[in-house]
Amino acid sequence: MASFDKDSLSNTFIVAFAVCLVCSIVVSGIAVALKPQQQLNKELDQKQNILRAAGMLGADSVVAEDGRTVDELFSEFSVHVVDLETGEFVDERDPSAFDPIKSAKDPAVSIALSPEQDVATLRRRENSSIVYIRRLDDRIDKVVIPVRGYGLWGTMFGYLALDADLQTISGLGFYQHKETPGLGGEVDNPSWKALWPGVQLFAADGQPDVRLVKRRSADDNPAAAYEVDALSGATFTTKGVQNLVNFWTGDLGFGPFLQKLKASSV
Amino acid sequence: MATQKDVLVDPIFNNNPIALQVLGICSALAVTISMSQTLVMCLAVIFVTTMSNLTVSLVRNRIPTNIRIIVQMTIIASLVIVVDQVLQAVAYDISKSLSVFVGLIITNCIVMGRAEAFAMQNGPFLSALDGFGNALGYSVILIGVALIREPLGAGTFMGYEIIPTVSNGGWYYSNGMLLLSPSAFFIIGLFIWAIRAWKKDQVEEPEYEIAPNVQYREAM
Repeated sequence: MASFDKDSLSNTFIVAFAVCLVCSIVVSGIAVALKPQQQLNKELDQKQNILRAAGMLGADSVVAEDGRTVDELFSEFSVHVVDLETGEFVDERDPSAFDPIKSAKDPAVSIALSPEQDVATLRRRENSSIVYIRRLDDRIDKVVIPVRGYGLWGTMFGYLALDADLQTISGLGFYQHKETPGLGGEVDNPSWKALWPGVQLFAADGQPDVRLVKRRSADDNPAAAYEVDALSGATFTTKGVQNLVNFWTGDLGFGPFLQKLKASSV
Repeated sequence: MATQKDVLVDPIFNNNPIALQVLGICSALAVTISMSQTLVMCLAVIFVTTMSNLTVSLVRNRIPTNIRIIVQMTIIASLVIVVDQVLQAVAYDISKSLSVFVGLIITNCIVMGRAEAFAMQNGPFLSALDGFGNALGYSVILIGVALIREPLGAGTFMGYEIIPTVSNGGWYYSNGMLLLSPSAFFIIGLFIWAIRAWKKDQVEEPEYEIAPNVQYREAM
């Protein structure tokens, strides 16, 4: 090796090839070996988000107050793919293999929204989405729908849970957003989230009419049932939350589905 | 020839990568918002810097000079991907909140700088120590910043409430600025001031001197 020339052309190629080969084996080996665990983590995380929105799981805990695990709690939910246009279940589709947010980017299975329709600034809406329904003794107890919409800095992703009457909100929680910490980021504040359960969703005309307001009406005013305190210092985030709740429960969102469900369960 | 102890201990205060060389500031701003994130980030950087220095040093006599940066980069990038994948599997919540910053360890100047400046010239053991020491120096500053930012910004430490904030029904008006990136600049600046007041030899010579004012009268 006395005459070894590390700068020779052949050595350059050999080293480049060897480094790439070894690194790619290491990287792909690790990625493949850890894939199942990562998949489990993702599913568990999604289940936790759904349960938290439904108020069945504390913000920081991973087990319910009665000691049941996330998987046990979540097994009470049945998961369905729903056609948003007709409001019908599409039961031949497997919800675990379906990603509504991804399908909103595919022109074949989504529709473009006109600026007037697009209050939540989504640009496109998927044709089908997923609902999580919790039934107790064959009666609907809770319905959880995925919601999303633009805040100040980016799209906020969350879940909205409704009570059995499909009129009363049982919880709203965001699992991903880019709002300013301390201002719009307060959408994660437990005391603000605690304002949501009990808020009424549909007004007399059948359209969702949740309002985030600076000052709530007096309690004896019927409008107060539709009102939630706005987040101080976060006008755009507040508007975004209001718009996304009303969009996803309205005619272009899960409105048709919720009407059908209400008609069939009463 | 530097001794093993010097190589390990020097970067912590005497030659700190953040405070003296002012490298790796980007992630110091981004992840110091909470202590648990910071600790995981520090562990990740310690692992990557130590292993990359070790690996680069092991193959240093074979690396052709003209592609050495690419070879170093490939090794570092692979290590970072390994760390990212492991975090996603074992600490999913933290890896979610660290988001892109684990991936951005690739561009952390400390890792690349130590590989090029130290590991290319020194043996594997000494290089690994050097990587470990520099990452420790980085960690010391990051943990210091997080120690200030998390309690005063959010009233919590490691996610547990230590100062009850007004928004949670307590008395402390949390300082929202500490939750935003610029606050880390101020804190790091204060650290640099403190370290240079303690170790005077780190004070840099002024690059030029302001000429004395020779105009006696004020402008009319």
